[in-house]
Amino acid sequence: MSKELTPESATSSDVAQDIEAQEQAQLTAKLKAELKAEYKELAIQGLWKNNPGLVQLLGLCPLLAVTATVTNALGLALATLLVLICSNVTVSAIRHWVPKEIRIPIFVLIIAAFVTCVQLLMNAYTYGIYQSLGIFLPLIVTNCAIIGRAEAYASKNPVKQAAFDGLMMGLGFAAVLILLGIIREILGQGTLFDGANLLLGEWASSLRIEVMQLDSQFLLAILPPGAFIAMGLLIAIKNAIDNHIKAKQAEHASEQVIERVRVNFDS
Amino acid sequence: MAFWIASSPHNHNQTQTPNLMRLVILATLPGVLAQWYFFGWGNLIHIALAVTTALVCEFTVLSLRKKPIAHELFDGSGILTALLLGICLPALAPWWISVIGTIFAIVIVKQLYGGLGHNPFNPAMAGYVMLLVSFPLQMTLWQPPLDLVAIDLNFANTVMTIFTGFTAEGYSVEQIRTTVDGVTMATPLDTVKTNLTLGLTIEESMQSAIFGENFAFGWEWVNGAFLLGGIFLIFKKAIAWQSPVSFLISLFICSFIGYSISPDSSASTMFHWFSGATMLGAFFILTDPVSGATSTKGRIIFGLLAGLLVYLIRTSGGYPDGIAFAVLLCNMAAPLIDQYTRPRTYGHLKGDK
Repeated sequence: MSKELTPESATSSDVAQDIEAQEQAQLTAKLKAELKAEYKELAIQGLWKNNPGLVQLLGLCPLLAVTATVTNALGLALATLLVLICSNVTVSAIRHWVPKEIRIPIFVLIIAAFVTCVQLLMNAYTYGIYQSLGIFLPLIVTNCAIIGRAEAYASKNPVKQAAFDGLMMGLGFAAVLILLGIIREILGQGTLFDGANLLLGEWASSLRIEVMQLDSQFLLAILPPGAFIAMGLLIAIKNAIDNHIKAKQAEHASEQVIERVRVNFDS
Repeated sequence: MAFWIASSPHNHNQTQTPNLMRLVILATLPGVLAQWYFFGWGNLIHIALAVTTALVCEFTVLSLRKKPIAHELFDGSGILTALLLGICLPALAPWWISVIGTIFAIVIVKQLYGGLGHNPFNPAMAGYVMLLVSFPLQMTLWQPPLDLVAIDLNFANTVMTIFTGFTAEGYSVEQIRTTVDGVTMATPLDTVKTNLTLGLTIEESMQSAIFGENFAFGWEWVNGAFLLGGIFLIFKKAIAWQSPVSFLISLFICSFIGYSISPDSSASTMFHWFSGATMLGAFFILTDPVSGATSTKGRIIFGLLAGLLVYLIRTSGGYPDGIAFAVLLCNMAAPLIDQYTRPRTYGHLKGDK
């Protein structure tokens, strides 16, 4: 009731407060929109435009070495995702206290600590995967995608955004890993999710799909050269899609220009 | 009336890609015929399969790349690649071996690199190596010469074997390869390699029926026929003589040194020349104008290197024959060889850019 009355008997100071509040609201709304735009941009960058696997070509060593089966790929993808998020959060949280000169060793130490955690966890709960990933699990420390994100994004941005960035980059990397795993496992052994029980527990052994019956394994797909070839094809497909989109946009833009000219001409 | 004035060169070479390719395909005929005579229909069937696959693949990729299809499809290079691959395959390999090999050779090794003239590797040999690495079991199912096979391998039987793995009477490939004595036959090169690891001397292993009277029963004639075709090509100036000749000399010298040092554990020079894919490699693979070295001196070095590599792979490598691996390694080296053997431009001093 009283609120309805206030505008009529408003004093000048109240008006000023109102305007201030409105400005504040606008500002927060603007900030929120900016934040939303930033999250959206982060997602697009991580999953597609700046995909660590397909565009930055970072972390190729584990990417090519362990993607012989989907299960292995999934295992490494989860481990990398976890390490990426945790390291991004930590690096972002301590960014004000890290001297510029020694930031790289500190980042490496943080990453190494998380990798050790993940390695011990996998050793304890998914021993089969731990064994089949072998050296590539501890080698996540040297995965350039992780230190790259720590250096390029997390060390300059607040914790929330850094965590989201880690999530998106990790998901982008995971998508490429799993896609490569699918291609190589189907071509190499004709199966999907072979040995998923090693990662997900006993129930997952029913996930195994026999896509096609092969007389013999296609060794090229299982060996690293096959991974290189499949990776090259994936990059080619991504570039082709990008070119297609760009061509379409250009077409669209040129159409708009013509319309405007016509309108001017008519008037 | 005015004189039509043209700048040099006035003497035009009319050779075009299709003509050259046709000539090379023609020159493989004696070798293919010898293969047919000694080893039966297997390779002819594989050649047919490979050529069909190659044409389908080239058509698909060329239409995807929006290239002139009629012009590039029938320039003969794809057919030649398929032909060479078909010649190299074991006669009784399953049908999908030649199909997968040809798809890889045409689509990935040739077209993805930009088509004829842009491929850094010899497509046929890259396809062969891919098959050998991917399907080691199927790619070593070498069939002994027909005279040593107990089972009648006529055309229908061979087709059945390639497509189903069994002859009409139900014999498996493994049974076909087993002689009356119950010994599985391999190629001469394979036999030598296995026997050496078993501790037998060359003299002892040469007693096997697979070697015939001279070096390698059947294989020597196939190689001789390819040599004939190669000499025809050199005579027609379709290929340069430098790389085959230097390759054969290099292989001769290497095997001669080996044979002189320890005749018990190294095969003779002529055995190296007339077994395996030596002559095919020398005259039809190494002379590939796209993936080989281009200068005269470069071709000689290219051949010498290939000969050395073939000898090393045959004697101390994991595989019995090494033509394909040697050719791929030399293809990799070819740009470097060309870089250092650039001929002097007329009117310039040596080392002058």
